Amino acid sequence: MAYSDKPNSASSDPFTPETIMLRLDGVVKQFSNGFMALDDIHLTVEVGEIVSLVGTSGCGKSTLLRIIAGLDVPTLGQVWVNHQPIASPQPEIGMIFQEPRLMPWLTVYENVQFGLAGLSKAEKEHLTYLVLERVGLTAFAQALPRQLSGGMAQRVAIARALITKPSILLLDEPFSALDAFIRMKLQDHLLEIWQYDRPTLVLVTHDIEEALVLSDRVIVLRSNPGRIHQEFVLDLPRPRKRTDLRFQQWKERLLNALDLTADSRSSSSAEDPLPLEVY
Amino acid sequence: MSQSQTSPRSRSTTRHHNRPQPGKAASHPLFSSRWLWIRGLVLPVVCLIGWEGLSHIGFFPPNLFPAPSTVVQTIWSLTLSGELFQHIAITLYRVVVGFVIGSGAATLLGALTGYSRLAHQFLDPLLQSLRNIPSLAWVPLFILWMGIQEPSKLALIAVGVFFPVYLNLMSGVQQVDRKLVEVGKVYRLNSLQLIQRVFLPATLPAYIVGLRSGLGLGWMFVVAAEIMGASQGLGYLLVDGQTTGRPELILASILLFAGLGKLTDAVLATVGHRLLYWQDSYGLQR
Ligand SMILES: Nc1ncnc2c1ncn2[C@@H]1O[C@H](COP(=O)(O)OP(=O)(O)OP(=O)(O)O)[C@@H](O)[C@H]1O
Ligand SMILES: [Mg+2]
Repeated sequence: MAYSDKPNSASSDPFTPETIMLRLDGVVKQFSNGFMALDDIHLTVEVGEIVSLVGTSGCGKSTLLRIIAGLDVPTLGQVWVNHQPIASPQPEIGMIFQEPRLMPWLTVYENVQFGLAGLSKAEKEHLTYLVLERVGLTAFAQALPRQLSGGMAQRVAIARALITKPSILLLDEPFSALDAFIRMKLQDHLLEIWQYDRPTLVLVTHDIEEALVLSDRVIVLRSNPGRIHQEFVLDLPRPRKRTDLRFQQWKERLLNALDLTADSRSSSSAEDPLPLEVY
Repeated sequence: MSQSQTSPRSRSTTRHHNRPQPGKAASHPLFSSRWLWIRGLVLPVVCLIGWEGLSHIGFFPPNLFPAPSTVVQTIWSLTLSGELFQHIAITLYRVVVGFVIGSGAATLLGALTGYSRLAHQFLDPLLQSLRNIPSLAWVPLFILWMGIQEPSKLALIAVGVFFPVYLNLMSGVQQVDRKLVEVGKVYRLNSLQLIQRVFLPATLPAYIVGLRSGLGLGWMFVVAAEIMGASQGLGYLLVDGQTTGRPELILASILLFAGLGKLTDAVLATVGHRLLYWQDSYGLQR
C-alpha cells in the first residue's frame, strides 16, 4: 500500500486552485480494532458542486463524511475544506444526519437556531424565519419535535444546517428513513433550497435515483477496505425527470457499477458502528 | 397526538397534557378528564367509611384500632394546642435540610461521574460499595460523631436521599443520546455549553425521578431518625403514642406522614411536569 508521504502540516495548501471546495488527500481510516474502513481516498470537489457517494453498506461512506466534517480524524492523509486543513468541526461545514437529531426539549424555532452563535436576538429571529420559510415550516415554529412527522423533522434539520450558511453541506443518507413519496418531494425541495446559496453538497446515499436526481457527479465506493471504485460525471440536463430515457439509462449504468462491488458484500456492517470513541 | 400535524401548537397549550378529549363522553363531570383525579379518591373513601362503621359496631377494639373520627379528633386537638404545627415544622425542616444536603452532594458527584470517565473510574466503585451498606447501619456512628441532636439526624436523612439521586443522575448523564451530543459538537459547543444545552435538559427526566425517590427515602429516614431519639417531630409522636398507649396518636402521625409525603412529592412532580412538557411519552398522553 503506497500512501502519500505528504506531511499533515497545518498550513493551507497553495497548490489547490481557487475553485476547489473540498480536497481529500490520501485519507486512510483504520479503527482501533484494526479494521481498515477507508484506504487511500483522493477526492476533489468543486465549489457549488453536488457529489454523491454510493456504495454497499459498510464500505465507509459515513466514516468518510464524518472525517470531512471533522467529527473523526483520519489515520493518515489530510482533508482540506476551503483550503483549510480540517481536524475538528468548522462553522463553514454543515452536517445533516440520517435522523433529524432535533433536541426534543426545544421548539422548532429554537432547534433551528441551535447552531447560531454571536448574533442579536433580532438577527437570529430574522434568519430563523428566513430558513423556516425556505423549508416551508413557518407555521410550525412553535411546535415541539414530537409533534412533527418524520419528513417535517428532517426539514427542520435541514433548516438548522442552512441557517449558519455553510459553504459545504454534508448529508448522510438524509432521506433514507422516509417513504418513497416524501423522499422524492424532499429531494426536489433540497434542490430548490440549494438554489439560494448554492453550497457545495456531498451526499451519501443508498438510493441510485436520489444520486441521479441530485448530483453532478457520482462516486462509487467499494468496501473492505473502502476505496473509490468508480466515478461518473452525470451529463443529464436539469431539471431532471426520473422518467426520462437518459435518466433510466444512467440508472442502469450505476446499478451495474454497484454490482461489481457485490463480491465484498460479505463484510459485516454494524447498524451503529460508532463506539464511545467520539466522546 | 392525532391533531398535532395539522395545527401547530403554541407552547402554552402543549403544556396541558390533560386537555379534554373531544371524543370521550364529556357529559358527566366524573368522566371529563378534569375530574379524573376523583377516581383515585373513591377507594380510600370507601375504606374510611367501612372502618368508621366497623369501629362503631365494635368490630375493632377501640383501645387498639380507634375509629377515624377519633384519629381526626386527636389531630384537631393537637392543632388547637399548637403542638401539631411545631411537630410538623420540625419534621419538615429535617426532611428539607437533609434532602437539600443529600441531593446537593448527589448532584455534584452524579454529574461528575456521569460526565467524566476518569471521575467515574475513581469515585463510582467507592460510592457503589457505600450504597450497599444499609443506611440505618450508619446510625450508631453518626450518633457517636455528631451526638443525638440535629446533625446526626440530618446526616442520616442526607445519606438516604443521596443514593437514588446520585444513581439516577449518573446513569441519566451516561445515557444521553450520543447523537445529540454529536450535533452539539458539529456546532462547536465547548464543554460548558454542551453541558448546559444538551446534557442538562437531556438528563432532567432521570434527575427528577432521582429527586422524587430521594425525597421518598428522606421521609423514610426522618421517621427512623425521630424514632431513635427526638423530643419533637411527627416521628416522636409515634414513640409517644406507643409509650403512652394511645394508638390514635400513632395513627394520626401515620396519616400526617402520608399526607405530607404525598404533598411534597406532588410539588416535585408538578415542577417536573412543567420542566418536561416536551417529553413524548406514553404516560403523558393518557
Ligand atoms: N468505531 C468503529 N470501530 C470499528 N469499526 C468501525 C467503526 N465505525 C465503523 N466501523 C466499520 O467501518 C465500516 C464502515 O462504516 P460506515 O459506517 O462508514 O459504513 P457506511 O458505508 O456508512 O455503511 P451504511 O451504508 O450501512 O451506512 C463498517 O464495516 C463498520 O463496521
Ligand atoms: Mg452510513
